[in-house]
Amino acid sequence: MMRRIADAVAFNRMLDSLAVKIDEQCPKGGGTAIVGIQRRGVHLAERLAVRLESLRGVPLLRGDLDITFYRDDLSMVAQQPVVHGSHLPFALDDKTIVLVDDVIYTGRTARAALDALTDYGRPRAVRLCALVDRGWRELPIQPDFTGIVVPTRAKDVVHVRVRELDGEDAIDIAEGEEEV
Amino acid sequence: MPWDKKDLLGLEYLTAEEIVTILDTARAFSEISTRTIKKVPALRGKTVVNLFYEPSTRTRASFELAEMRLSADIINFNVSVSSVSKGETLLDTVRNLCAYKVDVIVIRHAMSGAPMYLARKVDCSVVNAGDGTHEHPTQALLDIYTLREKLGELRGRHVVIVGDVAHSRVARSNIWGLTKLGARVTLVGPPTLIPREIEQLGVQVTSDLDEALRDADAVNMLRIQREREKQVLFPSLREYAKLFGLGQERLKRHSRSLIVMHPGPINRGVELSGSVADGPNSVILEQVTNGLAVRMAVLFLVTGGTTLHPEHLTS
Repeated sequence: MMRRIADAVAFNRMLDSLAVKIDEQCPKGGGTAIVGIQRRGVHLAERLAVRLESLRGVPLLRGDLDITFYRDDLSMVAQQPVVHGSHLPFALDDKTIVLVDDVIYTGRTARAALDALTDYGRPRAVRLCALVDRGWRELPIQPDFTGIVVPTRAKDVVHVRVRELDGEDAIDIAEGEEEV
Repeated sequence: MPWDKKDLLGLEYLTAEEIVTILDTARAFSEISTRTIKKVPALRGKTVVNLFYEPSTRTRASFELAEMRLSADIINFNVSVSSVSKGETLLDTVRNLCAYKVDVIVIRHAMSGAPMYLARKVDCSVVNAGDGTHEHPTQALLDIYTLREKLGELRGRHVVIVGDVAHSRVARSNIWGLTKLGARVTLVGPPTLIPREIEQLGVQVTSDLDEALRDADAVNMLRIQREREKQVLFPSLREYAKLFGLGQERLKRHSRSLIVMHPGPINRGVELSGSVADGPNSVILEQVTNGLAVRMAVLFLVTGGTTLHPEHLTS
């Protein structure tokens, strides 16, 4: 069964409040960069950057990160995942990087993203922003900024839908028994 | 489209979608070589054997570098000093290597079909780095990648391949790949170097280079193997250069945006004049750079694949 956790209004309100929190806690000026994790994180990062730019009145550094090559389960998946590529058009050194992903679950994506960032440079700090925290961590990694915390069962699947790819902004949970 | 094959044997055996998957993956890999740290852990803990039964400097260096940038462990099997000279068969050599639990074998062999034969016999992935006069899929993929970077989609584009098509696995792989992506292909060369009935692959044939170049988007100048001169397949290198070589004067007669490719190594003054090889139309060094990304993509994709090619293709 599909259960809607947030509609477009709630979804965008979460982004508004995430942007405010990031603005409060991350350096002003050119010291902060927003980096989205492929794929939906890229679009969420884009939206957050627009909000932050209007809060701060200055352009923000932005990038995309593809963590495929850094996954620890490549030898366990049936076929290689689709690679979208990374694009980090600035030097990471001494920046505060805000990593943006749609859902935090096991924490393995965030771990892979940290490895990937290390290959590009040495940020001053890395913060993690997740729109949905659904629990079930397998690594000691926690987000710094969270849109919503949703209790789930391991079998549930959380779908973050974004306008750019899915035609609407929403958060749905497909509940375990009727596996999608 | 997801990739599920464990081997890369030739472009003849791939669909257009699978070819595009490799090229799109290669685009993501091209970024890695622009970083300060030119390495990702995608093949960490995997072992790749480079098994070259024919001399090769460039293809082998390109594969080796691709493997290193993916963090694979590498064995280079130097065939001239190996047990092959002691009479070991190809299959015995490979079975011995497989006893070390290797994950990928990159093979170049003088015998057409050698990689297909192996792919059927072993569990690890097999990548064809050139077999006889059959296929050289990664070269064609890097040629096609380079063309797509310059031209976008290749449907309806016209690519001319010039030279010794009869002995060229590069030409054969290019023909399969380009026609599958909807490009028009014309082969140009002396009749002794163009195989009979090659038109059945959906290409045009002519011996008039200027005629072929009239509406061409790109030209791929195959290397003339100098040893062929002794086989009397064409009168002289000088005459070959005159009829089928590309110099400044001939280039000026055609589109200013004509893309000039060459798989290397170039015989300057035979296939290409020095000024054309180094000129603004030439993408020869971009081909080399792109080859690295394409080979990284191929190694990455096959190590995740499990499916064999259908039996009738590998038997």
